[in-house]
Amino acid sequence: MQALTNRSKVLEQKPMTMMERLYLPSIAKGMAITFSHIFKKKATIQYPEEKRPFSPVFRGLHILNRDEEGRENCTACGLCAVACPAEAITMEAAERKPDEEHLYREEKYAARYEINMLRCIFCGLCEEACPKDAIYLTETFAPANYTRQSFIYGKPDLLIPDPSTQKDAFQEAQGKLEAHKANMKAAKNDQ
Amino acid sequence: MMLAFDFALFLEKFLLIVGVIMGSLVIAMYTTYAERKVAAVIQDRRGPNRAGPFGLLQPVADGLKLFMKEEIIPLTSNRWLFILGPCLAMITAMMTGAVVPWGNEIEIFGRKVDLQIADINIGVLYIFGVVSMGVYGIMIGGWASNNKFSLLAAIRGASQIISYELAMGLSLIALLMLTGSLSMKTIVEQQVGSGIWNVLLQPVGFLIFLICAFAETNRTPFDLPEAENELNFGYHQEYSSMKLGFYLFAEYINMFISSAVMATLYFGGYDIPFVNEASLSAKWGTNLVTVLGSITLLAKVVFFLFLFMWVRWTIPRFRYDQLMDLGWKKLIPLALANMLITGAVILWLNK
Repeated sequence: MQALTNRSKVLEQKPMTMMERLYLPSIAKGMAITFSHIFKKKATIQYPEEKRPFSPVFRGLHILNRDEEGRENCTACGLCAVACPAEAITMEAAERKPDEEHLYREEKYAARYEINMLRCIFCGLCEEACPKDAIYLTETFAPANYTRQSFIYGKPDLLIPDPSTQKDAFQEAQGKLEAHKANMKAAKNDQ
Repeated sequence: MMLAFDFALFLEKFLLIVGVIMGSLVIAMYTTYAERKVAAVIQDRRGPNRAGPFGLLQPVADGLKLFMKEEIIPLTSNRWLFILGPCLAMITAMMTGAVVPWGNEIEIFGRKVDLQIADINIGVLYIFGVVSMGVYGIMIGGWASNNKFSLLAAIRGASQIISYELAMGLSLIALLMLTGSLSMKTIVEQQVGSGIWNVLLQPVGFLIFLICAFAETNRTPFDLPEAENELNFGYHQEYSSMKLGFYLFAEYINMFISSAVMATLYFGGYDIPFVNEASLSAKWGTNLVTVLGSITLLAKVVFFLFLFMWVRWTIPRFRYDQLMDLGWKKLIPLALANMLITGAVILWLNK
C-alpha cells in the first residue's frame, strides 16, 4: 500500500532481547529518572502564604468609585448596563435631595445598583462605558458562597470605603484603582 | 526450681519486647509519612506539610481519623474470621522482630544485655514460618468479606506468596551454606568479624531475596492482592476504621522487618562499615560502639525502606501471568543455579 505521507513509520515488533527480558537495566534507568525528579523544582504554590501574582490587567470584582470628598460618582445613567453583554447589571435611579449633597456628586444617583456575579463575565466593558469614572474592576475575585442570592452584589458590597469613616482603606483602594487605570491604559496603547 | 527464675532476665526481655514493638509501630507510622513524602518529591509535589512542622504530625492525624471512623462489619460476612483477619496480619507482622539482632550487647550495672529478644538457633527458619503465616491474614480477611473482589485478591495473595517463598528459600539456602548457621546473631557476628558483607559473596542471591521481599510484602510491582484499580483495594475492600488501619499498618511493619532482615542477612546487620568494632570498643567502651552499631543498622533499614518506596513510585504493577512467569520460570531456576554454583565453589575451595 502506498503511504499517504512520508511521516508514517513501520512498526517493528521484534521479540524482546535477553537484556530486555531481564527488566533490570530498564528498571535501573527508570529509577534513575525518578530519583532525578527529587531535586527538580516543585510546581506547587503554597497558597495561603504564597500567592500567584495577578496579571497587571487582571479584571476581578467591581468597585464603585467615590470622589475625594467621599461622594458617589455614579449617576445611574445606565450605560454600563447597556454595555454589559451578560446583562448582569441592574440599577434604579433616584433624585438627590437637597440635604444629600455630601453623599452624591450629581443630581441623580443610583438608589439600587446590583451586579449578578454569576452572570458577569468580567469583560470590563462596564468600566469602558462609564462616563463618570464610577465603576472599575479590581484585582479580587468573588469568594465562594452557598446560595445564588448571595452572589448578587448590591451597593454595600461594591462601594469603595467611605473616606469620612475609613480614610486609610479608601486611600489604599484608590491607589489600587489608579494603578489599575494606568495598567489598562498601557495595555491599550500596546495594542 | 521454676520460682527462682532470673527476674533481671525477665525484666530485660520485657523491656526489649516493649521497645521493639513500640519501635516498629512508630517506625511504621513514620513510614506512611515518608511514603507520602517520597511519592510527592518523586512526582514534583511537596507532600504533607500542614500538620505540624514539615507535616510531621500527619501520621498522628491519620491514625486518629482511622480510630474515629465508623466500624462496619458486613452482615453477610463471617464475623469471627472477619475480625481474625486483621489481627493475624498485625500479630505476624509484629512477631518477626523477635529474632532480629538490633545491636550488639550493652552493659548495664555489670550485666551484659543482648539487644535481641530471642537468639534462637533457627532464627531464619522462624522468620520464614512467621512471614508465611502473614498471608493467612490476607486469605482469611478476603474470604470472610464475602465479596468477589476480596476473594480474588485473597487467592492472588496466597498463590503469589507461595510462588515467591520458594525462590526466597532457595536463595537463602545458598547464603546458609556460606554461613553454616541459621542463627541471625551468628550470621551478623561472622560479617562483623570478617568485615565482608554477605551481599559481596551472594549478589545474585541478594537480588532474588530482594525481589521476593517485594512480593512477600505485597509492594509494587507485586501489589496484586490490593490492586486498587483492578480489584477495588482487594482483600481489605470491606474493612473500615482501625481494622483497615491494622491491615495497612501490618504492611508497613512487614516492610520495616524485611528491610531489617535484608540488612541483617546481607548487609552486615549492626556492622559499621570500614571500622574494626573490636578495637573501637576497647577504646570507647562497648556501650557506645553498640549504640553506633544500632544506628548503623537503622540507617541500613531506612535505606531499604526508601528503596521500597522508590521502586513503588517507579515501576508499574506486573500482570498476573507475568508475575507467575517471573516467579516460577525465572527466579526459581536462577535461585537453583545460584545454590548449585555456591555449593560447588564451597566444595572446590575446601577441596
